[in-house]
Amino acid sequence: MSLVVAKNLEKTYRLGDILVTAIRDVNFTIEPASFVSFVGPSGSGKSTLLNMIGCLDPPTMGSLRVAGRDIVRMDRQQAARFRGEHIGFVFQDFNLIPILTVFENVEYPLLMVQNWPAPARKKRVGELLEAVGMGDQGNKYPRQISGGQKQRVAVARALVTNAGLVLADEPTANLDGETANRIIHLMKKMRDAFNTTFVFSTHDPKIMRDAEIVFTLEDGKLLKRRNDEGGAHG
Amino acid sequence: MVNVIKIAARNLRRYQRRTLLTSALIALGVVAVLLFISITGSFKQMMVGQITDAMIGHLQVHRNGYLAAIDNLPLNRNLNRKQVAKVKQILGETAEIESFSMRIKLGAMFSNFTETTNIRLNTVIPEQEVKTVPLLIDRIIQGEKEESLLKKGQILIPELLAKGMKVNVGDSIVLVANNKDGSVNGQTFTVSGVLEGITGPGGRDGMIHLDDARQLLRINDVEVSEIAIRLKNMGDLPGVFSGLKAALESIRDKNDRPVFELHTWEKLSPFYNIAKMIDLMTLFIKIMLVAVVLVSITNVMIMAVYERINEIGTIAAIGTLPRRIMALFVVEGFLLGVVGTAVGTVISLISIAAINAAGLTFDFGRQSNLVLAPTIGAGDVITIVLIVIGIAVAASVQPAFKAARMDPITALRHV
Ligand SMILES: Nc1ncnc2c1ncn2[C@@H]1O[C@H](COP(=O)(O)OP(=O)(O)OP(=O)(O)O)[C@@H](O)[C@H]1O
Ligand SMILES: [Mg+2]
Repeated sequence: MSLVVAKNLEKTYRLGDILVTAIRDVNFTIEPASFVSFVGPSGSGKSTLLNMIGCLDPPTMGSLRVAGRDIVRMDRQQAARFRGEHIGFVFQDFNLIPILTVFENVEYPLLMVQNWPAPARKKRVGELLEAVGMGDQGNKYPRQISGGQKQRVAVARALVTNAGLVLADEPTANLDGETANRIIHLMKKMRDAFNTTFVFSTHDPKIMRDAEIVFTLEDGKLLKRRNDEGGAHG
Repeated sequence: MVNVIKIAARNLRRYQRRTLLTSALIALGVVAVLLFISITGSFKQMMVGQITDAMIGHLQVHRNGYLAAIDNLPLNRNLNRKQVAKVKQILGETAEIESFSMRIKLGAMFSNFTETTNIRLNTVIPEQEVKTVPLLIDRIIQGEKEESLLKKGQILIPELLAKGMKVNVGDSIVLVANNKDGSVNGQTFTVSGVLEGITGPGGRDGMIHLDDARQLLRINDVEVSEIAIRLKNMGDLPGVFSGLKAALESIRDKNDRPVFELHTWEKLSPFYNIAKMIDLMTLFIKIMLVAVVLVSITNVMIMAVYERINEIGTIAAIGTLPRRIMALFVVEGFLLGVVGTAVGTVISLISIAAINAAGLTFDFGRQSNLVLAPTIGAGDVITIVLIVIGIAVAASVQPAFKAARMDPITALRHV
């Protein structure tokens, strides 16, 4: 069963009297454990599409199923629950919570979203920090670590709840080339380790090379899909 | 919930200066209110004590209509033998009553053999009177403060009269009075003391023995103008009042009008209005405290939400339920209120203890060197604490609601 199924998906924003169609008649599927990228120029609709898949923004038309659920007609509460259970997010600006340590940032979804008991939390957070190479930095605060390290922590936070899908809108836009590369490779490694589906958007050609499946968007339309089983770095 | 509190506390610590400033403001408000309540409360209690214990008693019974005419001290509205017996019986059956004192009030001419003036007289049975208004003896500012108050043939004269007529302790004076029939009688008295004047009815009256009054007025039978009553415990006043009122009002005359009237000290003393005024001021101060807390917490919480829009977007996106987000902010306001109140309460209690230790004194009217002994009841403290914390929570609700309702995408895009 496909993890994400979009049919005739459309998103229109209303700006005063004018309607802006950000996504028009888009169809695609995403399989579990795949490593997918949406690419396209600025304003092509990447963020809009990711927000819809992420249950943050409802489509105007069409159908969208994620993890077997129709997510088009969910209320705020249901959407929040669904996100907390099935979706992890990695943000362009890292978005760690400044008053919490690295450890606590990763722990946050287990504590405030999923209500895990303390011992299980500790173990799980420890595993994830280890997996992203931040095992010895747990006690630091976000302001004490670099951008690349922050994004590692963010990846750990997205994965900690065992979400089937991690969405990352331009996760490398605030990182230098080398660090960006490492983050993408980390995400791929995590995909391999946890069988989590990663969907990210980018307009950096070097980064999109690493995706196994690339959807190209232009002016809200899905132009083409490139399949590259095995990936550029195999 | 523990985690919500932890995170809220950390957020408060993040803006340390603002948190300190806001809780200091709340603490200041709490201190102002608690000190005001305790100081005015002790002042009120002392004044009420002075008034009830030096003059009025807690309750008074008169013949119906007496009080309306009290300025003339009418003799034809006194209680007769049967009526006095009835009241005595009812009072005797009331366990909360400590004692009562029967008085005849009258107006007379006062002469020092060279000059004559008017005098209002309160005539008493000394043993009853000192039991019913125990502080009366302290009002004797010249002459001997004897337990017996005064003997037959003696008179206690008000301070103003003593000065105006240049009468001293030991002097002889003559009282001349009209009795009910209109005939005139005179009698000589020895001044045994001077009474300090106080505000309120009877506060500037002279005092003689009831038996002398009966002789002066040629009263042969029992006759009483007023019966002052003292309770064992002033807290029983409302209950005793309604009980006595019911019992007394059930006694009717031929025209089915009540024979007696009963009043509490509150109805009899003008100080009651001052006491009410103090209560009103306390209310205003409380309202100001509420306003201070409301404004400062709302302000801080609106800032907190505004500064953290991005964070709110983040935690909302990763699945934090709206009501959790709401709780985070409400708890933050709650904690701010708790810290402010705790600090304020501690400072207040220490200050009250310090004032008591210092033994500050104040003057009120003609009374000086009254010791300020503020106390505060646990009930008052708890009320203020609950009000402040309640308002702190209420003030956070709107900003917290706004945070909880925020659209994650809009919040995340906010810079
Ligand atoms: N909330 C909104 N209201 C109105 N129009 C919007 C809104 N969000 C997006 N759009 C419009 O939708 C279109 C797609 O925007 P989107 O942000 O998805 O593009 P993008 O591919 O993510 O661009 P970028 O690479 O700059 O992030 C744009 O024309 C944008 O102006
Ligand atoms: Mg975008």
